[in-house]
Amino acid sequence: MATSIKKLPDIEQVLSGNGACGGCPATMALRIVGKALGTNAIMLLTPSCSVASMGMTPKLGYNWPCINITFASAGSSASGITHALEIMKEKGRLEGELPTVFSWVGDGGTYDIGFQALSAAAERNDNIIHFCYNNEAYSNTGVQRSGATPRGTYTTTTPSGKRQPKKNMALLMLEHNIPYVATATVAYPGDLYDKVVKAKNTPGMKYIEILAPCYLGWQFDMAETVQLSRMAVRSGAWLLWEAENGKISFNSPSSNIISGKKAAEPVDEYLMKQGRFKRLLQGSDASQRIAEIQGDIDQQIAFMRERAKINI
Amino acid sequence: MKAAQVIMNTGTHAAALAAKCARVDVIPGYPITPQTSIMEAIAAMVESGEMNARFIPVEGEHSVLAAAVAASAAGARVFTATSANGLLYMHEVLHMASGGRLPVVMCNVNRGIFAPWTLWADHQDSFSQRDTGWIQYHCSSNQEVFNTILQAFRVAEQINIPVMVNFDGFAISHCLMPLTLPPQEDIDRFLPPHEPEWRLDPQNPSSFSNVTMASEYAPFRQMLSDDIRASIPLVKQAAQEYKEITGMWDGDTIDTYRLEDAEVVAFAVNSMAAELRLSVDILRDQGIKAGLLRPRLYLPFPAEDIINALPQNAQVMVLDRNYNFGHPGGILASELKSVLFGRRHDITVKNRVIGIGGIDLTRRFMAEQILAMMDE
Repeated sequence: MATSIKKLPDIEQVLSGNGACGGCPATMALRIVGKALGTNAIMLLTPSCSVASMGMTPKLGYNWPCINITFASAGSSASGITHALEIMKEKGRLEGELPTVFSWVGDGGTYDIGFQALSAAAERNDNIIHFCYNNEAYSNTGVQRSGATPRGTYTTTTPSGKRQPKKNMALLMLEHNIPYVATATVAYPGDLYDKVVKAKNTPGMKYIEILAPCYLGWQFDMAETVQLSRMAVRSGAWLLWEAENGKISFNSPSSNIISGKKAAEPVDEYLMKQGRFKRLLQGSDASQRIAEIQGDIDQQIAFMRERAKINI
Repeated sequence: MKAAQVIMNTGTHAAALAAKCARVDVIPGYPITPQTSIMEAIAAMVESGEMNARFIPVEGEHSVLAAAVAASAAGARVFTATSANGLLYMHEVLHMASGGRLPVVMCNVNRGIFAPWTLWADHQDSFSQRDTGWIQYHCSSNQEVFNTILQAFRVAEQINIPVMVNFDGFAISHCLMPLTLPPQEDIDRFLPPHEPEWRLDPQNPSSFSNVTMASEYAPFRQMLSDDIRASIPLVKQAAQEYKEITGMWDGDTIDTYRLEDAEVVAFAVNSMAAELRLSVDILRDQGIKAGLLRPRLYLPFPAEDIINALPQNAQVMVLDRNYNFGHPGGILASELKSVLFGRRHDITVKNRVIGIGGIDLTRRFMAEQILAMMDE
């Protein structure tokens, strides 16, 4: 059982007065992450919503030292910081417990422009946590497609709907043989909290990806962020899982979908709640396009079910 | 007191030894010819324990400098090296390093730029990064490479501006020359430990390179521009104190040879400037009052020192190993002319582009070039 939301620590690392949109899932998730990491951490960001909303110089809406780094380089820059801290401690220039070094990066900075540096940091197994808050598009620049955008999605660069399925980024990270990989989303805060605590206490490279339904990009009512997050999981469009030292296990309620105990909800309702799909699903080819999206989801559920059985 | 040690070594190994003697903390690295052996030497010294530092083998030069600036922001002393297209691949992060006021020191082993492909030296790579806000030295011997890296750390950390130490591929990087290593305690006296006034510290949460409005951005940029110009006295002071401690001198912002009474002045950087001393001797033997002015500092361009050093009515023969595209000659000549304009009406500037892509520059060839330029 995941930790109850009522039992999360009181500590608040996301301060009041930041510039995020109402109902912003990235900010909600970061708040939970803060409760798990505490104050002794250093935060890296690449250009994204969380930089735009952190406050203007010299103000800062996050209670960590924060460095905004070049877009392509979250992986290598986090490595630079963690190695610097470790050698300075070895040389006696830093005392006490070393801070957790974590990157807080969107799907663009993870799946696309940041992929090379992130892959290399994972291959080196440097001691960092990479968080990807995945809103399935380049939201900060006004919602363009990314490698995380699912098939059928309207964005400003896929005006008739994206034709390709998204990457399975968390699985790609797992295939780097790193000690901890997890997926999460804001509707399950206890699950996210527990995963961050595990990552914090695991040496080496950790990757946590958080599905972040963005009302602006996904086109729903900003009060419904958590509901959309929950619908994504219940439909199987987003699977909650974690892998410790390569062994995949699924978390509730995704575990029930994988085991067959409970069928995934049909994707229709989830899609029709979002303007990014709805506007493209009213033509004569609607049923075919919904079937394509459902097919991608079914394929991923079946694939992950089988992939989790590989345990060598 | 321990005595200095003299060894035979290449330019790249001189650079690696300087990084060790500077007691650097972090070295992110990626191989590129002709720089590669700097990273190989550092990786070997770190692994053997001879060097107490972290070597991070990243996956490309953009990541080299991205790791370097972040390690520097965490409070470490950081060194790295690159060449040619590696330097160009870093371009965005070069700006982040200077704008972020992070005192990284980096060697660039000069090499011509792709396309077409070349492995050998010219100066298009470093000169094309003029406007990235780095202080740039250019060195003409293995010993000067070693000495300059130590001076570069001192200047960089005094004024929080990154410093690039350039030297030619192959002519310096791969040539064995005698190298004097001062005793470590002398180096420690010259270069104290790095104590940054600010670093990423959870005890003091603050933002770094966050969004600014024009009212903050503009003063940041003005400060960088002012401080780059203000580095000139620090460069001179570092050269002077290094001389007092080690007895070695390569010039400060400029280096000169037989310049005082010269009527014809050769003007060039890097290894070709070392060879030009011999060209000057050849010309002197023929009765021509020749001399040499070598800018050791390319950025900030040492305007006042050049203006003060040039003899009355001299003809300055600028030998550029690069192109200033859209202009008839090279970049050094343009820099020099802009400095002299309105200040030294007595000086004539002539310019040739030579040695591109590593074409061999012998003393005789360059003496002939200067003779031919005198007739133009």
